[in-house]
Amino acid sequence: MNAVFYLSAGLALLTTALAITRGNPVHALLYFVISLLFMGVIFFALGAPFAAGLEVIVYAGAIMVLFLFVTMMLAMDRLALRRERDWIARPIWIAPICLVLLLAVELARPLLRGSHQAAFHIVTPQAVGIKLFTTDLAAVELASMLLLAGLVAAFHLGRRQ
Amino acid sequence: MTLLWLIPFLPLLGATILGLAGPTLGHRASAIIGTASVGLAALIAITIGVQWLQRPPPGEVFTQNLWTWVNLPGLSVNISLYLDPLALLMTLVITIIGTLIHLFSTEYMQDDPGYSRFFAYLNLFVAAMLLLVLAGDLVILFVGWEGVGVCSYLLVGFWFSDPANGAAAQKSFIVTRIADIAMLAGLLLLSTQLGTLNIQAMLAAATLHWPRGGMLPELAAALLLIGGLGKSAQVPLQTWLPDAMAGPTPVSALIHAATMVTAGVYLVARTHVLFLLAPDVMRAIAIGGALTLLIAALAGLMQSDIKRVLAYSTMSQIGYMFLALGVGAWSAAMFHFLTHAVFKALLFLSAGAISMRLHHAQNIFAMGGLRDRLPAAFWAFLIGAASLAALPVVSAGFFSKEMILGDVWSAPSIALWTAGITGALLTAIYIFRAVFIVFFGPVSTEPSGAYGIRILLPLALLATAALAIGWLQTPDFLGGRTLFAQFLTASTGATPRHPIPTLITLAGCLAPITGIAIAFGLHRAGFWQAQAQQPPSPLSRLLRSGLGFDAIYDALLVKPYLWLVAVLRHDPADLISTALASAATGAHRRLRATQTGKLRRYIAWITAGSIATLAMLLFA
Amino acid sequence: MTIAWPLPAALALALFLLGLLGLLTRKNLVFVLMSIEIMLNAAGLLFITAGMRWGNPDGQIMLIFVFNLAGAELALGLVLLLRLRNRLATLDGDAANLLRDTP
Repeated sequence: MNAVFYLSAGLALLTTALAITRGNPVHALLYFVISLLFMGVIFFALGAPFAAGLEVIVYAGAIMVLFLFVTMMLAMDRLALRRERDWIARPIWIAPICLVLLLAVELARPLLRGSHQAAFHIVTPQAVGIKLFTTDLAAVELASMLLLAGLVAAFHLGRRQ
Repeated sequence: MTLLWLIPFLPLLGATILGLAGPTLGHRASAIIGTASVGLAALIAITIGVQWLQRPPPGEVFTQNLWTWVNLPGLSVNISLYLDPLALLMTLVITIIGTLIHLFSTEYMQDDPGYSRFFAYLNLFVAAMLLLVLAGDLVILFVGWEGVGVCSYLLVGFWFSDPANGAAAQKSFIVTRIADIAMLAGLLLLSTQLGTLNIQAMLAAATLHWPRGGMLPELAAALLLIGGLGKSAQVPLQTWLPDAMAGPTPVSALIHAATMVTAGVYLVARTHVLFLLAPDVMRAIAIGGALTLLIAALAGLMQSDIKRVLAYSTMSQIGYMFLALGVGAWSAAMFHFLTHAVFKALLFLSAGAISMRLHHAQNIFAMGGLRDRLPAAFWAFLIGAASLAALPVVSAGFFSKEMILGDVWSAPSIALWTAGITGALLTAIYIFRAVFIVFFGPVSTEPSGAYGIRILLPLALLATAALAIGWLQTPDFLGGRTLFAQFLTASTGATPRHPIPTLITLAGCLAPITGIAIAFGLHRAGFWQAQAQQPPSPLSRLLRSGLGFDAIYDALLVKPYLWLVAVLRHDPADLISTALASAATGAHRRLRATQTGKLRRYIAWITAGSIATLAMLLFA
Repeated sequence: MTIAWPLPAALALALFLLGLLGLLTRKNLVFVLMSIEIMLNAAGLLFITAGMRWGNPDGQIMLIFVFNLAGAELALGLVLLLRLRNRLATLDGDAANLLRDTP
């Protein structure tokens, strides 16, 4: 299990890094989707099979697909792609990398404190379901209201004037 | 004698009428009202004087309380008039010479558009001066003091359309103002320490409570002295007098020769009891007087404007008066005041008479050979000059100057006497230099017009007085008469008679004669004319400017003050409140630059901000 | 089969920072939206890690809500992206700078 985890972790990092550095947005999104698949594996390795399933089906399968379709709809031509390359020239990365490293240093300490050993549990979908629809029922309703709001807004904003 | 209050009141009434209705009354009425008010006051003064000589009031003092002005626990001031021999002398001089000068001005100023304004101011001046000399209370004296200062300003700047005249008026007012502040401080000191400013009560309290030579009398006397120095144009506050010649000549005659500039002398004489308690201040007075008379005489030697010659001469002669005051010779000082008032008014009026016939020229090198053209002016000026130079026996000035020199010698002070005798020599030189240049030699400008009676009568009367009035007080070798000193005894205390060595008297006689001879010789040799043609040497430039006092004051006082004004002009004190506003505006402008509208920038700022916040939370 | 929990946490941090890096760097709005998704996903991973640590279903529940949120937000984001593209004819985020301060 550990080997699976390490492999998936490394590849997830690699593909995410690739995703943010591509010139073509479709390529980048595809790399991201692959990263999400590896994330799913990681979830499974962490004892959350339901989460793994959701990650693949919902996130990579629905949300990202939506994103891909819209991006493909944007139809970037050769000129746009060349311009995109200009926008990610080397010097642009320096300051952001510095900032991010600073943040990394700051956040690393509190995040990684405490005892490092814990027992390993597999949390079953049943447990999730029970918890979700009994204790966290109100949150479910709110989440559905959020989706409704998103739906209405997207529909309204997407109309042709 | 109960009509005493009319003496200052009549000129005041004249000033009010002329001030309110002058332009509508016209020249003739203005002249009559102006001259009559002072003339009536003179008549009343003469009547009172005659009464006084026949039957003096008890204690030789007459007070008339008009009303109470202020009555507070700390201070009580009455408007009271105090008449004693000293005040009577001053009143007679002011009113009589004032009347003559008013008469002179009615013809001298007749082409001037501001005719009634002139007489209004002149009347106001006479009223203020009379209030000053008749005041029984130092506060009233100060009111008169300030009044004459204001009138001096108004009259020096009479022709105000020329800014130079305004500047001269401002200069005279500001310099005397500085002196007046010191005087006011002195008055405050006296009133808080002695509880009263009524002159006689104050002097009595001072002799009772203050030790001779103590700090309080010295300080009070010094402060009053500074006030007097300013008003009388003595060193170091003398710079305003030559510039004050910008006013009309009758103004110079009345204010800056006969009366206002002697106010300082009167003040010291009036409060001499206080000054007797302050021997250091007396010494300072004497030394200052000696310095002034020498400096002014040297400056007078180099002037080319006739009125400036006379201005420096006034400064010098008042120096003599202060010298006499400094050695305690009160009656000598007042005697010289009397003779000086007569001959200086005479000199100024004759100078005015000369210039009015020469289209108001005042440069002596533009005049020449006027002896035959203007005989009346010539004789008047000559008699005045002889009196100024103290020509022995014939002139009144001789007697008063002899009295001063004799008293200075007996002080005893050889140094001061030497200064006095040198001054006498220089006086003769500079005034006869003017006489020779103006009246002898070739004619430069031909005079036009003629004199009326109103010009000639005052000149004649003053000339007679300049010859005769000296006989009131004669030195020993001429009879030893002491009428004048006796008259003033009640005011000034008994004047002791010291025997004066014949040599000293002889020197006093020879000095003016020698001076006249030197002036004559230099004139014959053409020295004065040659000097006027050449570019001035540094020495003559220094002397001409009154020994550079103006330049020194300009550099030391005026320039720093103007610099301060320029700095404060932009209201730096306001910066305290505007600094906050401008700091806020500046910060706003800088922060604005971060609103670029670019998303990435904003995200970068958010990141940086969260880094900072986290740093604070985690590591603090 | 115990995985020390700091490791997934560190991974989550690294992924989050990668997403932030992408957000700071890329001009193209598509990439901006994508970077946001990366960050959301990393947060979700952290939740799962916590759930594993405490043996709770709470972590997965939070993940569900995170997906929920991500979906709604992405939908709207894409609609707005399209509107912007139609208006400004570019996908450059810097082109939409009318909210800048004009002195």
